[in-house]
Amino acid sequence: MKLDNAFGIHEQALRVRAQRAEVLANNLANADTPGFKARDVDFQNMLKQQMVQPVRLKTTHSAHLPIAGNDLTLNELRYRVPTAPSLDGNTVDEHLEKTKFSENAMEYQASLRFLNGKIQGLLRSIRGD
Amino acid sequence: MSSMKIFDIAGSAMSAQSQRLNLVASNMANVDSVSSSVDETYKSRQPVFQAMVDQMNPKAAATGVRMLGVVESQAPLQKEYAPHHPMADGEGYIFRPNVNIVEEMANMISASRSYQNNVEVVNAAKQMMTGLLRLGQ
Repeated sequence: MKLDNAFGIHEQALRVRAQRAEVLANNLANADTPGFKARDVDFQNMLKQQMVQPVRLKTTHSAHLPIAGNDLTLNELRYRVPTAPSLDGNTVDEHLEKTKFSENAMEYQASLRFLNGKIQGLLRSIRGD
Repeated sequence: MSSMKIFDIAGSAMSAQSQRLNLVASNMANVDSVSSSVDETYKSRQPVFQAMVDQMNPKAAATGVRMLGVVESQAPLQKEYAPHHPMADGEGYIFRPNVNIVEEMANMISASRSYQNNVEVVNAAKQMMTGLLRLGQ
């Protein structure tokens, strides 16, 4: 077993869930913004991408060259299909977004548990007890 | 780590919603501010929100919200005949603001609900980050 993939898929899953939390929080923040369209990440696709290219560089200046798969961008998001869009063109359903956010937070905690388990296992084998 | 951005996002929304609450308070406080001409009369003020754009990274997925500005309602003012009112104009009319108190109450409830939603987001994010910090302990 190689040490750099000792944590398996959980490391990438945790990162994708943290990004998803951001996107869902953004939807909730824009619940009253006219014309705002609710977005979500395609989890499976994102996870696949993270497995291929786990390290991403952040651009902090407009002259920085963007690299494919750099930071989470609009290209990686999908628009949510609205159930009841409002007159001002906003498609955020606050209840739906809140349940998705809670669900994602629980999944994040689950990923943390898995990682904790892995770490405890490694520590135990290092100590030999 | 970029996941700290979630606090900025929820924070921007909380600040926008509290500004909206400020405007509601202002509108409700001025519901009886009569005057003697159309131009001088207080007009109902409404906020306009806009999704923020990250200048460094215009394609960023999640950036938060900001208040683009305040617009004054174009609804007609209420003209009232009150010749003995100290603010009455030459023809004996006073003008009342176009504030709809029922609309403002609904607006207030909506704003405070949205504010609460964002507080809950911050709390959940805090729990997530605390869990992450405790990893391996």
